[in-house]
Amino acid sequence: MRADFISLLSIARKEVIRIFRIWVQTLVPPVITMTLYFIIFGSFIGSQLRDIGGYDYMAFIAPGLIMMSIITNSYTNTVSSFFSAKFQRNVEELLVSPTPNWVIILGYVIGGMSRGLSVGLLVALVSLVFVQLPLFSLTYTLVFAVLTSFVFALAGMVNGIFAKKFDDISIIPTFVITPLTYLGGVFYSLALLPEFWQIVSKANPIIYMVGGFRYGFLGITDISVWLGVVILLMFAVLLFTVNLFLLEKGYGIRT
Amino acid sequence: MNALSINDLYKTYGSGFEALKGISLDVGEGEFFGLLGPNGAGKTTTIGIITSLVTKTAGRVEIFGIDIDEDFPAAKRLIGVVPQEYNFSIFEKVQDIVTQQAGYYGLPYQQALAHAEKYLRKLGLWEKRFVSARELSGGMKRRLMIARGLVHEPRLLILDEPTAGVDVELRRGMWSFLEELNREGRTIILTTHYLEEAERLCNTIGIISHGKLVENTSKRELLRKLDMETFIFETTAPVASLAPLTDVSFQLVDETTVEATKSKARSLNDVFAHFAANHISVESMRNKTNRLEELFLGMVEK
Repeated sequence: MRADFISLLSIARKEVIRIFRIWVQTLVPPVITMTLYFIIFGSFIGSQLRDIGGYDYMAFIAPGLIMMSIITNSYTNTVSSFFSAKFQRNVEELLVSPTPNWVIILGYVIGGMSRGLSVGLLVALVSLVFVQLPLFSLTYTLVFAVLTSFVFALAGMVNGIFAKKFDDISIIPTFVITPLTYLGGVFYSLALLPEFWQIVSKANPIIYMVGGFRYGFLGITDISVWLGVVILLMFAVLLFTVNLFLLEKGYGIRT
Repeated sequence: MNALSINDLYKTYGSGFEALKGISLDVGEGEFFGLLGPNGAGKTTTIGIITSLVTKTAGRVEIFGIDIDEDFPAAKRLIGVVPQEYNFSIFEKVQDIVTQQAGYYGLPYQQALAHAEKYLRKLGLWEKRFVSARELSGGMKRRLMIARGLVHEPRLLILDEPTAGVDVELRRGMWSFLEELNREGRTIILTTHYLEEAERLCNTIGIISHGKLVENTSKRELLRKLDMETFIFETTAPVASLAPLTDVSFQLVDETTVEATKSKARSLNDVFAHFAANHISVESMRNKTNRLEELFLGMVEK
């Protein structure tokens, strides 16, 4: 067990070193993108819009933009790092070792969470330049940040295991995650939608992640926060199991 | 105790290709074992199964008595592997690559650092420890993989073509290093294309051809099976013709080069005596090919 823990730390350390070694690719771009969102949507357009739930538009979108960064970066890190390890074949360093598959998954997920939460923190710091964000509940904020990051890092790992070429690591982020995030209540309240689209939107799991995280800051929500926690836990268990199944089967890594 | 015991090992890939067709072999503890065979014979597949990169179709593999089907992690702790192709991240630093590998085997960081220093120094890479792997020369990359394979101090070291593409000087340096490791008691399994390498290093040799083990015996025993041997003689003066000699066939390669293939029944003294009787003075003599190579070609071409 101690050996597994050391192995976990080794993978996590390698992943964190990677994130900071290529910080110009991993940490800077999302901060610049989010700063532009704050300026364009928050300041230029947001100043023309009415308050939502008693908060001005900038304060409303800030938690959504932080969560969007966490989602994107947690996912991107595991998918790109694991695929790169397959591509360069250095994943074999792990496979020939006695490291159990659950440790490999957790190690990469810790890497994804390190990047997702680091970028989230940087974007939160940038947001303070534009808006004085309240903090309604630190616990809810942290629970939603950590669980969402965990879930998307796991999802990125699944993508990384399946990916056979570089194109495969951008298909899901481009065609699934980005649309669901934009439609996930980052920029608007569900209450602004017609009833039919409110119901449809509730099938989008990202609504609950953004909603729960915003609740932590602002104390307002248009979803059930507890349902959000349950959905996140269900996804965490499901995706961890899928990852474990794929690695045990040796899918894409053993012949 | 055997370091490695393989029993009736089969591997059929998804494409239907049968890479291994029932291989059985034992490698005793402390041996320097050479696994030889032409490209595609099944050497890398065998190593892949032992190291878990390839899943076997059937058969049993034991590492120091541990069945890989029962406790593969325990078996893996005893194995170090140096693959044929580079398989480290070229963007990582030399020291990080080696210490991370130690970590995957459960070595605490300080111990990993100490082991990394020991092997990086021995392999002449200590000065390069903070350099990215992509900046290393080909020979350095090979040595890096050896250091990485040794960092957890395995009892069995498996090297898949470790000297492929390495210049002669470096190759000889690596041979000395591997011999030293073997003298220290470490079991070594080596696959190689260089038969000179196998003849120099290995005391036991297995030959794989088309997924089957066609030979598995000591080098001494193997060389005893070699009944014909070919020598090249350089003469001091041109040779016009040469009288025949029983059990030896002569061929004039050019006017001062004679190729003689002799059976075991004939001693080299007889050949020299024959030259002397024909007033031929020999300036130098060498084997036409490595002895093992002659035997190897005979076996895999059957």
